[in-house]
Amino acid sequence: MSSTIIWTIAVITVLGLLLALVLYLVAQKFKVEEDPRIDEVEKAMPGANCGGCGFAGCRAFAEAAVKAPNLDNNYCPVGGNDTMAKVAAILGYEVKAKAPMVAVVRCNGTCAVRPKVNEWGGTESCAVKAQLYTGDTGCAYGCLGCGDCVKACQFGALSMNPETGLPEVDDEKCTACGACVKACPKNVIELRPKGPRGMRVFVSCLNRDKGPVAKKACASACIGCGICAKTCTHDAIVVEGNIAYIDASKCKLCRECEAMCPTGAIHGVNFPKPLDKDAIKERIKIRNQKAKEAAANE
Amino acid sequence: MEKLLVSPNPHIHAPVSTKTLMRDVIIALIPAVICSFVFYGWREILLMAVSVASCVLLEWAITKYMLRKPSTIGDLSAVITGILLALNLPYSTPWWVVMIGAVVAIGVAKMTFGGIGQNIWNPALVGRVFLLVSFPTYMTTWGAPKGFVDAVSGPTPLGAIQEGLMQGASVQELTSAFNYKDLLFANLGGSAGEACALALLAGFVYLCCRKVIKPWITLSIFGTVALTSLIFWGIDPSRFTDPLFNLLTGGLILGACFMATDYVTSPMSLWGGVIFGVGIGFLTMMIRYFGSYPEGVSFAILIMNSVVPLLNMWFHQKKFGRK
Amino acid sequence: MSKRTFSIGGVHPHDSKISRGCPICPLPLAPTVYISVAQHIGAPSVPCVAVGDKVKVGQVIAEPGGFVSAFIHSSVSGTVKSIGPRPDLAGRPVTHIEIAVEGDEWADGIDTTDTLITEIPSDNKAIVEKIRLGGVVGLGGATFPTHVKLSPPPGSKCERVIINGCECEPYLTSDFRTLLEKGEQVVVGAAILRKVMGDVPCTIAIEENKPEAIAHIREVIAKLGYDGIEVMEMKMMYPQGGEKQLIDAVMHRQVGSGALPISVGAVVQNVATALAVYDAVQKNKPIVDNSVTVTGECFPNQANLLVRVGTPLRYILDYLGGIPADAAKVISGGPMMGRAVANLDAATVKGTGALLLLTEAQTRRGEESECIRCGRCAEACPMGLEPFLLQKLSRNADVEALEANAAHDCIECGCCLYSCPANIPLLDWVRLGKGLAMGAIRARAAAAKAAAEAAKK
Repeated sequence: MSSTIIWTIAVITVLGLLLALVLYLVAQKFKVEEDPRIDEVEKAMPGANCGGCGFAGCRAFAEAAVKAPNLDNNYCPVGGNDTMAKVAAILGYEVKAKAPMVAVVRCNGTCAVRPKVNEWGGTESCAVKAQLYTGDTGCAYGCLGCGDCVKACQFGALSMNPETGLPEVDDEKCTACGACVKACPKNVIELRPKGPRGMRVFVSCLNRDKGPVAKKACASACIGCGICAKTCTHDAIVVEGNIAYIDASKCKLCRECEAMCPTGAIHGVNFPKPLDKDAIKERIKIRNQKAKEAAANE
Repeated sequence: MEKLLVSPNPHIHAPVSTKTLMRDVIIALIPAVICSFVFYGWREILLMAVSVASCVLLEWAITKYMLRKPSTIGDLSAVITGILLALNLPYSTPWWVVMIGAVVAIGVAKMTFGGIGQNIWNPALVGRVFLLVSFPTYMTTWGAPKGFVDAVSGPTPLGAIQEGLMQGASVQELTSAFNYKDLLFANLGGSAGEACALALLAGFVYLCCRKVIKPWITLSIFGTVALTSLIFWGIDPSRFTDPLFNLLTGGLILGACFMATDYVTSPMSLWGGVIFGVGIGFLTMMIRYFGSYPEGVSFAILIMNSVVPLLNMWFHQKKFGRK
Repeated sequence: MSKRTFSIGGVHPHDSKISRGCPICPLPLAPTVYISVAQHIGAPSVPCVAVGDKVKVGQVIAEPGGFVSAFIHSSVSGTVKSIGPRPDLAGRPVTHIEIAVEGDEWADGIDTTDTLITEIPSDNKAIVEKIRLGGVVGLGGATFPTHVKLSPPPGSKCERVIINGCECEPYLTSDFRTLLEKGEQVVVGAAILRKVMGDVPCTIAIEENKPEAIAHIREVIAKLGYDGIEVMEMKMMYPQGGEKQLIDAVMHRQVGSGALPISVGAVVQNVATALAVYDAVQKNKPIVDNSVTVTGECFPNQANLLVRVGTPLRYILDYLGGIPADAAKVISGGPMMGRAVANLDAATVKGTGALLLLTEAQTRRGEESECIRCGRCAEACPMGLEPFLLQKLSRNADVEALEANAAHDCIECGCCLYSCPANIPLLDWVRLGKGLAMGAIRARAAAAKAAAEAAKK
């Protein structure tokens, strides 16, 4: 009995030692010399492997960052400035802080304002739909509503609102990795600066048709009337090809354009107070009058 | 017409669906079911009812409560699994053993992989082999038939021969006890589905005519079994059984026609299918001649099922205008 | 000799040629036509008329915008009302020339009589130039400019001209009616084509479900006494009318991936194209109209109409009694490869061969279920591809694997989705995958070209 136990122990011990030796030799033989900083950088990464940085994953990003002469072309949008500060500290580089970004859906053609003109009977995929035709609404530019962006988002930040038929972005969960931007065949989604406390103003429409055509397809389409650009005192709005665009870097969040937009295509979000259109219109009126008087005086 | 329907081409569809294919397989099994009823009586039908009901119920429950997907029982594949499982068991199997088989077939072999289309092994066969290993007594007890014709009860022909060979008898002596007409029309003992080889073959012909299955898998199994046994029988007829005997016994026809041709667990290409069939035939004969189980079809099919992903990877269709 | 067909895959949809008995009759002129400048593969044409201009039937209104491009002629006489973007049948804005119809005055030099002219001009270059000036494009579906096809690259040699009269798509009957009613013209067109390609033999391929056409064309060939033109009776099989499939069926040669038919010595032209070639060369008549089958079980007034290019689809359907209440889908083309119409105000183009109306029950896709790995899609694929695999790769956007599995060889015939018992939208995904693979191949070719040029410098 006891000899059995002893033999068992002996055999297992010898086997263990032998295998350990083999493992050691193999590990030595196939050892790859790697910059230890790659591991460190990888540890500092969020580990989502989303590809938002343009590399295949966090490890690939780390390898590229270690090799790169500076961090100008390597930025992890998911980890943001905190992560990049850590990476910079490990590598001894400087990093420029970037304004946090967020995905913005630039279409407000809800089912209510943008009626369907035909019925889609193919696969529920925006890519397939876009390949075939302009979509089941009269608007050839807006959201197709099949949720490719939702499927592309790894962070659960996007969801389709069944009532509007449009995707909605959860600011808290969005990491600005850009997967949805790539997935959208209509380029409806744009990464824009999040803005102070999430406040931002943007044109939620991409319809480049002439006013009446756009209006017929969607009641809240941008008709390219240019009122917003005229109203803006910060030179932040450009109207080109029948569509307005707000330059986030110049926008001062005064919301005057939003109040003046005749179709409601301009959206302001996360403002503490609801938009008081009348007050703003009054303010603009007074300002215009004063300007007129000043011009007349001269 | 309110709004135009728009979708990519093609705009029409062949009159075929998973359900119609499965319905055809069920129709093809009807002769075998009738034969098993004739030979083994009401008990066999009851057994089949238990088997089908447990398979369908289990699939419904798993899709509804565990996978939380739309139910897939409408495609009738669970019904086929139930029928095949029952046909693969002795009619005397207790009902609770059949239910355990159904749990293994549907719950383990099919739904754990994600349901129809995802499983690696034929569910009914996994159920059967599980029962064979777990309840060998029930699975090899062939009680006296209570059907409507005089069928002989007793061990399966292959079982009898292996038993006899161990006791030193020669194959010629042992096979002389069976005549081939019996084997073709009414098996002497064995699983319910083996009751009548002709009924199974009729179903196979029906499936081929309806273009539900391609015959090459089945034919290459038959061919390989015949060839392998011909070689061995030619070498030593006193130790090895003859080709016709091997073709007609041990559930080979049931396995080759209905189990090996299961879409999900067989290769898609012609040459993949042929190799799959050759593998099954060869392994079956090896197990029969040299293994400890007298019947090898189930094991052979399951082993070759495991190779299917490789066969699908290796054998592709010939592409147009390419070498 | 047994009837020929192509060697890989194919399906047998019911042929449903319910409008085969309707003779081709001209559609009354629409009050306004909208003529697209993108009626062919290649660069859009450039309008050469201005708003307010008076035009006649057959007058050039747009000139080629590149080598692979075509002339476009006014299909009516009247006044140019506007030139600007207008949604096509898929809703995409395309430049159209709007012409208000006034009378029906033809441009000078066009022979509008029915006299058959069998004497073929002797100068091949002049013939090809006439075809180019006539705006002739392939009317079998791809609308590839015909004069480009007839000018093979140096070094390649044509051995056989094939006239495609298969019309393998269910429902369509316009080619069949053309063969019956304009058989002489088609045969003379075929004779012109084979002469241009260097007096090579010519095969007119017709499927077995059109015995009247086969007999008639054989008769015509005998009557006209042409040698070198034969009629080949083909087995019924879809997609026999596919260029590569037809060459395989007729000549037993397979055109390689990405290669042109001329690489195996074949030039394929559709029946309607042969007729257009006859009109352009013998009659100086450019493409201003084409025959359109309007059909569907739910549509009572089936017809084969001779329609002027640019006629709004709604006008055609209204002329025949409007869209029935139970029609769910209007398809421009056949049920296998046609395009669903999203915009009925779109106008016909040269390549419009049919308007098919299908009911909800006929055309609504079944619910998608799990793949049961039956392999029917791979069996049906005439290109020998594996759609079940390609669709998965496409969903994962695995470009490398898509290319390795030849996604770019797909001809979009629809056999895979047609035969899938699980209703998996195979072609939807494979088409996307094809785009990805083609993109990768093109990008590589462009990079290689750029590198070669850089090396030269």
